[in-house]
Amino acid sequence: MWIEILLFVLLLITAVTIAALNDLFAAAMLSGIFSLLCASLFTLMDAVDVAFTEAAVGAGISTVLMLGALALTGSREYQQPTRLGPFVVVFLTGAMLIYGTLDMPAYGDPQAPIHHHVADRYIADQSEKFDLPNIVTAVLASYRGFDTLGETAVIFTAAVGVMALLLGRRRRREEPQEDSPSEGNEGDPR
Amino acid sequence: MNAKVPMRMRDKVLLRVASKVFIPLILLFALYVQFHGDFGPGGGFQAGVIFSAGFVLFGLIFGLDALRQVLPLSIVERGVALGLLLYGGVGLACLLRGGRFLDYAVLDHHNAVHGQHLGILLIELGVGLTVAASMLAIFYAMAGRGRA
Repeated sequence: MWIEILLFVLLLITAVTIAALNDLFAAAMLSGIFSLLCASLFTLMDAVDVAFTEAAVGAGISTVLMLGALALTGSREYQQPTRLGPFVVVFLTGAMLIYGTLDMPAYGDPQAPIHHHVADRYIADQSEKFDLPNIVTAVLASYRGFDTLGETAVIFTAAVGVMALLLGRRRRREEPQEDSPSEGNEGDPR
Repeated sequence: MNAKVPMRMRDKVLLRVASKVFIPLILLFALYVQFHGDFGPGGGFQAGVIFSAGFVLFGLIFGLDALRQVLPLSIVERGVALGLLLYGGVGLACLLRGGRFLDYAVLDHHNAVHGQHLGILLIELGVGLTVAASMLAIFYAMAGRGRA
């Protein structure tokens, strides 16, 4: 119980610090810490598969990619006048979300509707159909094979898109090292 | 990545030694997560990210040119497509064997559970391959562009 509260407080401090910082390098590192704290919370909620993904993607690779993006653009945010409007919108949205959780079943309630839509059948069929100790894998890979295929296609599309945008000129040269993104690629802010 | 750093990271003994110790462990752990996903937490997605993280660490310490010699971009590009093709190919194989798309039970006519195991293993491999190659492709693209 106390460790959850501690993690949530740390999460809140990290989020506020990220919003307040102008130094984007520090913000990128803090967002990695934010993901790691989220992963710890997911682990405490027994969602180890989700926690694993959050730790690997959020805390690991996306921090590196964020730093790569900062190296291409610039690591300081332009000074902007503090405006009240966005803050009010964010605060109201958060308040409404918290208000929405009041109607939800208690955390871990075995009678909650979400646990009785298809989950009963998945768990009942698991041993004769799959015989895998990790039901999550059976659900993701087999019951929801179409979803996972779609997710893989999304990642494929992302990679192809980034390569088309940033490596587009490489094909016309023999040596990648001599490649200079001078013509037609002047989209960089700095 | 950044040409303006005074001392290159590969010249720092601590980083070099530590990364050489850690990279094989990271890759081995990724393979464990990949093939142990049926039995514990993890699967192709997490394994792919961890696998690519090993190579990204190598690239950060030793530079993008060294990473390109270890793992040329052409291989990464093929990996991006090959993983998705493997996934779709398993679905097609299910169709050809008389089942529905991605219905792995028909992959083994004698034992539906073995068919499911085979199908899940193959599509997880496809997911892992595409994810690992995609992360590396994005890293190559971003890291390669800043140095022109």
